[in-house]
Amino acid sequence: MRLQIEDVLCTFCGCLCDDIRVEVDGGRIEKVRGACRLGSSKIMGHSRIKSPMIRVNGELREASYEEAYRKAAEILVSAKHPLLYGWASTTCEALKKGILLAEEIGGVVDTTATVCHGPSIIGIEEKGLVGSTLGQIKNRADLIVFWGCNPSEAHPRHTLRYSSNASGRFIPEGRKDRKVLVIDVRETRTARNADRFLRIQPGTDYEMISALRMIIGGKAESLPEDVAGVSRKELVEIAEMMRSAKFGAIFFGLGLTHSRGRYKNVDNALSLVSELNSHTKFVIMAMRGHYNVTGAGQVLAWSSGYPMAVDYARGAPYYNPGETSCCDLLSRRDVDAAMIIASDPASNLPRGCVEALAEMPVIQIDPFENPTTFFADVVIPSAIAGIEAEGTAYRMDGLSLRLRKLVDTEYPSDVEILQAILDNVRRLRDDN
Amino acid sequence: MISGRTLAQGAGCEDKMSRLYIDEVSCCYLSEEDYRALGLSDGMNLLLTSPHGSAVLRAGVDKGLPKGMVFIPMGPWANMLTGTDTKGCGMPGFKGVEVEVTPTDEKVLDIRELMLRGR
Repeated sequence: MRLQIEDVLCTFCGCLCDDIRVEVDGGRIEKVRGACRLGSSKIMGHSRIKSPMIRVNGELREASYEEAYRKAAEILVSAKHPLLYGWASTTCEALKKGILLAEEIGGVVDTTATVCHGPSIIGIEEKGLVGSTLGQIKNRADLIVFWGCNPSEAHPRHTLRYSSNASGRFIPEGRKDRKVLVIDVRETRTARNADRFLRIQPGTDYEMISALRMIIGGKAESLPEDVAGVSRKELVEIAEMMRSAKFGAIFFGLGLTHSRGRYKNVDNALSLVSELNSHTKFVIMAMRGHYNVTGAGQVLAWSSGYPMAVDYARGAPYYNPGETSCCDLLSRRDVDAAMIIASDPASNLPRGCVEALAEMPVIQIDPFENPTTFFADVVIPSAIAGIEAEGTAYRMDGLSLRLRKLVDTEYPSDVEILQAILDNVRRLRDDN
Repeated sequence: MISGRTLAQGAGCEDKMSRLYIDEVSCCYLSEEDYRALGLSDGMNLLLTSPHGSAVLRAGVDKGLPKGMVFIPMGPWANMLTGTDTKGCGMPGFKGVEVEVTPTDEKVLDIRELMLRGR
């Protein structure tokens, strides 16, 4: 029987688009309509890990789920300081189980945010954030600034649904009613859709933001003629574009967090927006990557008080990015086992961290094979959240949305897998 | 060197063993000017060396790049060149890595060879 499912949520990026149509026939997804290339590629699916596996004499061999749960629990119980990493591409409910597990074994829970918008979160902790929902921006913003982000490739429907090209209540003509400013080190696809593109030198975001703050603060004449390769005249025009907007919104990406200055760039941008609010209405938002990286931060924050990199080894939550964040823990060999869920650190962390991962026992929970599988000692295939399992996820603006199950599956959900590992851990500890 | 998301990298990123993903993340994009200056043409490879490591990638052109900058779609190849120092905030430097770029006859490794190199 062919079934058309309306208003499906796309579980790829932080846009969490909720208007996708999926056709299901005989328990299989046959067609995806309305999603971008990133989303439809994920929803249509591809080859899966077929069975749980355990590494024996250097080779991964098929095992039962029970054997895999038991082996995973043995690794976690015998580790002194295990790392539980990933969480951004699964549900909030899965992370709740993960936190219980970390408390039980004295491990560290870190999310992929630490190598993404982690510095943004540190900046927000320092300064506070003038934020809004995506709906407010869609309905009101007449100036959209994309700073160090490229939604045309990373969040392809963002411009059409929420920002530059969307029509809104007070922006009936969409793109025609808005000005678009792109600030980046390279001319991206997003830059080609802009009214104005400001190219800056790599690693000079902080200087640019400071210069704009001086102009907004009435101190333009104190600036040099040239700020890191950009003329004062051009900066004055950009500042005027911001000040004269009725409602401006800055979206910023990893151009700020990955380059020199890191969280200080974000901290400075938050101050700029705060100061712009003395003149007009301005808001700022991080372009969150994974569909539930925002939710992962929320769950950790409401359970432990901290948004990422939470170490439970002391018996109480402890947070110190730079010490308890995955990259630092791995490169300093401060953890001795890792459970990786819904992420691929082997591809996405610097080589030095991957080498550390290769030296320790690794448990992988994921629907799909990826380079982390090369280093995994226990592989547990899971259902795909939002397609084969339900749960909660948070959009990039902090709106929580309910993911539905679209098709049945034989694979257990991340929640079921984590509960089973937790049960095995408790049993092992009781035995000891 | 800066690394980041591209459409093809994103579309393949939940299917990391696919040709689509591997071809995209093993490509180093240069400005037209640098591409010409290095005498590159279709199918040629580059050896990139940073203070943290080295890798062989395919060469491509991105007209949006200024001279002196290379872009690599985020993934295992880019991360052969990034360091682990997080400046005390958890974030390694994925952008702004100084690299030396030389044309090479060496081949681009397959993903398994690359990941298990030296092991």
